[in-house]
Amino acid sequence: MKRTGVFICRCGINIAGTVDVEKVAKELYKHTGVVHSEDYIYMCSDPGQNLIVEAIKEKKLDSVIIACCSPTLHETTFRNAAKSAGLNPFQCEIANIREQCSWVHKDMEKATEKSIKITRSAVERVRRNESLEPISIPVTRKALVIGGGISGIQSALDLANSGFEVILVERSPSIGGHMIQLSETFPTLDCSQCILTPKMVEASKHPKINLMTYSEVQEISGYVGNFKVKILKKPTYVDPDKCTLCDECTRVCPVVVPNEFDIGLTGRRAIYIPFPQSIPATYTLDIKACPGLLPIACGKCEDVCEPNAIDFDMKPEIIEEEVGTIIAATGYDLYEKELMSEYGYGKYPDVLDGLQFERLCSASGPTMGKILRPSDHKEPKEVVFVQCVGSRDPELHCAYCSKICCMYTAKHAMLFKHHVHDGQAYIFYIDIRSGGKGYEEFVQRAVEEDGVLYLRGKVSKIFGDKGKLKVWGVDTLSGKDIEIDADMVVLAMATRPSKGAEELAKKLKIAIDKDGFLSEAHPKLRPVESVTSGMFLAGAAQAPKDIPEAVAQASGAAAKAITILSQERLYHAPTVAMVNVNLCTGCEMCVHVCPYDALSLKDGKVEVNEVLCEGCGTCSATCLRAAIQIKNLTPLQVHEMIKACLGG
Amino acid sequence: MAEEFEPKIVAFLCKWCSSAGSDLAGVTRMEYPSNVVPITVMCSGSVSPLYIFSAFNKGADGVLVSGCHPGDCHYIKGNFYTRRRITMVKKLLEYIGLEPQRFQMSWVSAAEGTKYTQIIKDFVKELKPLGPQTKLRRNP
Ligand code: FES
Repeated sequence: MKRTGVFICRCGINIAGTVDVEKVAKELYKHTGVVHSEDYIYMCSDPGQNLIVEAIKEKKLDSVIIACCSPTLHETTFRNAAKSAGLNPFQCEIANIREQCSWVHKDMEKATEKSIKITRSAVERVRRNESLEPISIPVTRKALVIGGGISGIQSALDLANSGFEVILVERSPSIGGHMIQLSETFPTLDCSQCILTPKMVEASKHPKINLMTYSEVQEISGYVGNFKVKILKKPTYVDPDKCTLCDECTRVCPVVVPNEFDIGLTGRRAIYIPFPQSIPATYTLDIKACPGLLPIACGKCEDVCEPNAIDFDMKPEIIEEEVGTIIAATGYDLYEKELMSEYGYGKYPDVLDGLQFERLCSASGPTMGKILRPSDHKEPKEVVFVQCVGSRDPELHCAYCSKICCMYTAKHAMLFKHHVHDGQAYIFYIDIRSGGKGYEEFVQRAVEEDGVLYLRGKVSKIFGDKGKLKVWGVDTLSGKDIEIDADMVVLAMATRPSKGAEELAKKLKIAIDKDGFLSEAHPKLRPVESVTSGMFLAGAAQAPKDIPEAVAQASGAAAKAITILSQERLYHAPTVAMVNVNLCTGCEMCVHVCPYDALSLKDGKVEVNEVLCEGCGTCSATCLRAAIQIKNLTPLQVHEMIKACLGG
Repeated sequence: MAEEFEPKIVAFLCKWCSSAGSDLAGVTRMEYPSNVVPITVMCSGSVSPLYIFSAFNKGADGVLVSGCHPGDCHYIKGNFYTRRRITMVKKLLEYIGLEPQRFQMSWVSAAEGTKYTQIIKDFVKELKPLGPQTKLRRNP
């Protein structure tokens, strides 16, 4: 029989105010196996902990229960105290009589009775606890960063500069993400490309970073410290080492498709370089657009390529890597404009989205930084900007606020005025959200210096009328209907998780939230961790974010990843599943329900991979024979706990 | 008048959401009846039907199983199994002739202290008129 000690905390009056702790101590002393029971004003204080240590030594206790606050607060404190007295930490359990008892009841008698039940139930558990040692696992000291936008680049650089190897995977032909498409950034109006390209170059030249563009993560298995990844490297059909960037190939390519980099404002060839500063600096042959990789189909590019850089025989490659930790920085996309038919996107070429307007403003854009209408290349004089398109609309579109649109719309209006001095910018808005360093001043500057007209209200319809775009809206402040004959309309579309993020989340086994963004482990205290240990989140993949926030989170994710990579071994809670081979019939039901693929069949019996097992217990509830159980919370323990809870 | 009947309830709460939600009810000093004695398990998916029968067998007047909202389980999909399993147990209990109100399932997140409080209040209120549970009790 075990020798259990029970320690009841008064927590000042937090517990003792509604629970008769002396009575609890007295009652528990009568309980089978309890050889010591006492109460104290603050068990978590140093003298309180000493009391436990002394009692363990003196009374030769082999297990203890602390009846106190929630285990989320002081379980570690008391387990460490027990350990210092020579006890195995898993011989210490907590009975939560504060949050789940004294704080929610007023009747002393009833609360005392309930505390006794809770504490007895904990005693019944600990009496049957095994001493366990943490499971130790080695760490592969290498990281995988998925997504080569500003967040992914930042995380990769931070990790690499801390001395760790990084694989940076980007699915498109160049890194840079959406930030490289932007012209200027708020609130400083510095040129986006000018501040991003040095980082892109650094990432590509860094000896610790293995940059894999035009590549996708296909499969992930394993667990924290030891992930195995399969990466698909798509063929570019161009050897970057031989390519001299002479551009001869694009001159002969007969195919034109919309250019993604300019969001369809321009065209590109089937063989192309996404933008002049692309990294890696090389061409890519878009196989979907190419008429065929055979000389009879076309083959013009191959003919003109003097350095013989074009290789039609290039094949997709699967690269297998092992990493210790993963950062998902998959970014965002804009809401599908096709879903906003009332605003005429797609019907009228002069209705643009925010990213297209960025390209129009950009010095390297399709108009070389001149703001011109796509329809007739004339300078627009009246431009209407519409905020919250698709955002804050729970009935029809996205319920959330996309966060960055208020600021970039102010910037757009400002940039328009800087280009077209005699123009007028109108902004339809619901609210202006300008929380951020220097943001409010920036909006004020747009109004005061650039005469931007803010109209509070929604736009109901946009339609073409004699070469103009008629914008119908309502000013909710004056209650008046508004009609503007605009030359151009810019829609601040909602930001959405990037396409494919959901699929990737499934591969990574990390959750997504109701809007499809990657879920953090805790909204306040663990904002850069995913629920799967060893996987972290950076940037707009987690929620809409502006550049400084994305960069901050990316550095945060890198720092979190380093807490793993800097260790030689990791320790895993040993409260995992165990199999009683005498009872196991090999029916495999548990194998199918395990969320972590931790169970497998070996010689007709189930085997637990203790490193993969998280101890959720779904297997044990599935097993008809109780052949698989979670250590220290076995069915026998639970049945005895139930009995104690019912006063038995 | 005889003393009012006080139902005995066992609540299985998953550690990550429902137990945390119940902790929050405490932190914000909500108040609810003391009839429920909680047992924190790792995941609602670990609550075997046998635990539920065991509780009724040992004299519970009501049993509650509470987990994270579907899709939010800390262990990704544990509560999907719970949902299926619980539905089956519920049907079985009804078939045996137990009042359906005696066995409940709820989704309570770590932020839903108020919801937890309300669930307990309602549960106790529903159980009171039913009187003691004798159907599955070992020694009624
Ligand atoms: S952890 Fe809460 S239901 Fe699975």
